[in-house]
Amino acid sequence: MIDAGTVDEAAVRLALAEVADPEIPVVSVTDLGMIERVEVRPEEIRVELLPTFVGCPAVDMIKAAVAERLSAFGRPVFVDTTFRVPWTSERITASGRAKLRASGFAPPTADSAVRCPYCGSGNVALDNLFGPTQCRSLRYCRACRQPFEQFKTV
Amino acid sequence: MVVELIPATKNALALLLLAMADDEFVLGYSDSEWTGIAPILEEDVAISSLAQDELGHAQALYRLLAELVADGRDADNFAYDRPPEGYYHARLLDHPRGDWANTIVRRFLYDTADAVRLEALVGSSYAPLAELVGKMRREERYHVMHVTTWFERLATAEGEPRRRLLEALERMGPDAGTVLSPLPTELALEMAGISEAPLPELERRWRASLSLLFERLRLPALPPTRDPEQARTAHSDAFRWLHDEFTSVRRLDPGATW
Repeated sequence: MIDAGTVDEAAVRLALAEVADPEIPVVSVTDLGMIERVEVRPEEIRVELLPTFVGCPAVDMIKAAVAERLSAFGRPVFVDTTFRVPWTSERITASGRAKLRASGFAPPTADSAVRCPYCGSGNVALDNLFGPTQCRSLRYCRACRQPFEQFKTV
Repeated sequence: MVVELIPATKNALALLLLAMADDEFVLGYSDSEWTGIAPILEEDVAISSLAQDELGHAQALYRLLAELVADGRDADNFAYDRPPEGYYHARLLDHPRGDWANTIVRRFLYDTADAVRLEALVGSSYAPLAELVGKMRREERYHVMHVTTWFERLATAEGEPRRRLLEALERMGPDAGTVLSPLPTELALEMAGISEAPLPELERRWRASLSLLFERLRLPALPPTRDPEQARTAHSDAFRWLHDEFTSVRRLDPGATW
């Protein structure tokens, strides 16, 4: 049980690091840099999220998952989204990038710096700017002949 | 955020939001008709993703509109609960999906014009719009890159692809400029600093931005806009058909939620 008296921003942020992205579950909303603001008050917790894409269909699922995880703190939770600060792929953390690579996703980079997440080769081709979800592109490694996905650079 | 606007500005802004939202919505739905039947698999994925982006942009714009007019309607009411005559998209988007060349030309003309419109709204005095546009542009950049590649590919191919592209340009050329045709409330938008420049100036910029590419590809210059005062009204049978399609689920079970 969590002692409701010791709830602070750090505790809430730690809990948020456990909320997985529904489309790429190896990374959390924290890894992706989606958390813009956390406000902990005696009567409520407020979280502001940045959608990675304007029309991301996973946003409602993410909001619900955040509210569900934070409900453990025993006070009302309000989760909002904003475009006031645009989410950019630079917000993905170093550990988020490492987790993406480990599961076969190239993290977002300049076009010239893309490396195959499997063999590390830079001899890669862009197959399709658009992929299975709005935030992914399709690439192909000519060295190990492995298709892979890359998180789009926005 | 509550922003106090005088009624004339509020009406003008509402009309601009409606025009932009309907543009994105109709193009998104129309392009989504390719899902499953696009010429190649990669393009099936790409055009479906493009369509999904546009529907997302439309939803965000309808939400801004709903907040602004605050008359009890939500984004879905705006998207689905109007008769065909109530839609305010540009006549360019009244053209049916047609063949692949038609789809590429329609999207190329729209995306390049929309890019000029978005650029003029980045510094909008209406902060919620400026913020959304800032985010949308990061996505639309990819749309312009992708569709320009296709446009050039068809234009530089010999024979049938180029012939079909020319036919599509001839069909849609007179309607191309309708995305940037002046709105009846133009003056109020300019005075309130909603847009950095009036629409006729944006249309000039857009036409200038295309001229070099058209010259290089040996394509005829775009003709002036036909009936600019009816740029967003008097919709086509093709649109009425599309409207019937995209409202069909809504009509089947009004008020249903996912």
